Amino acid sequence: MDVMQIIFFIFAVITLVAAFLVVTAKSLVHSALWLVLALFGVAVLYVSLDAGFFAAAQVLIYIGAIAILFIFAVMLTRKDIRDTGTQQNRTWPLAAVLAVVLFVGLFFILSSWSSFTMERPDLVSGADALSNLGQALVSVNAYLLPFELASVLLVAAMIGAIYVSLTKK
Amino acid sequence: MIPLSWYLLFAAALFCIGLFGVLSRKNAVAILMGIELMLNAVNVNLIAFWRYLGQSGIAGQVFAIMVFAVAAAEVAVGLALIISIYRRRDTVIADDIDMLKL
Repeated sequence: MDVMQIIFFIFAVITLVAAFLVVTAKSLVHSALWLVLALFGVAVLYVSLDAGFFAAAQVLIYIGAIAILFIFAVMLTRKDIRDTGTQQNRTWPLAAVLAVVLFVGLFFILSSWSSFTMERPDLVSGADALSNLGQALVSVNAYLLPFELASVLLVAAMIGAIYVSLTKK
Repeated sequence: MIPLSWYLLFAAALFCIGLFGVLSRKNAVAILMGIELMLNAVNVNLIAFWRYLGQSGIAGQVFAIMVFAVAAAEVAVGLALIISIYRRRDTVIADDIDMLKL
């Protein structure tokens, strides 16, 4: 095992354990804090994939905005979390079986794929992936239309969120 | 170095944990947390495929950006809906929100 593999292994285990605690923790505030740890672990894996921009975006968007939004939502709907009963619904054993079956199925489908265990190719030298990404997002020949649609979607979501949560009193 | 399979198996496990959360949680906010985990698993896959197989293009990264944008929009609208329902019906338990049922 070289250093990268050890780092990957440590952070993958941290992320998966945190993710498991997100879906099983009794208190939803704890769930939201474990979610922050899981998202941070994913950001570390982005760094290990030479995608530093996505690690930064992950920390800014997911941890900085989405996780904080979750904590606010948990606190604004606080009455139900304090009930001491179970946080799982009646059919949770079925959900667990389904999740395990899906994982085993994915494992077999992936392991029958020929490039499943391929080693990492070297980074293409001289190509700056980040500036390529920036160019591609604003180039008419590449992804300008999806980029604009995404921004329209964000504005629509923002207006919709404000409208839905308005109190009409 | 790390083979591609490690990332794919990690993402599959993260996706299945998120799916379990979505299917098993009572609280609607916790269901949205499960969805976030699943979207993250997809993003790990996209970036890993870009790094291992698609370095000649940029499509993998652009798709990951789109997933970021959709996740932000989804969580903003979803949490606004949940808070609105909480104000009107005084519950965030998904089983109790059944106004559309006959």
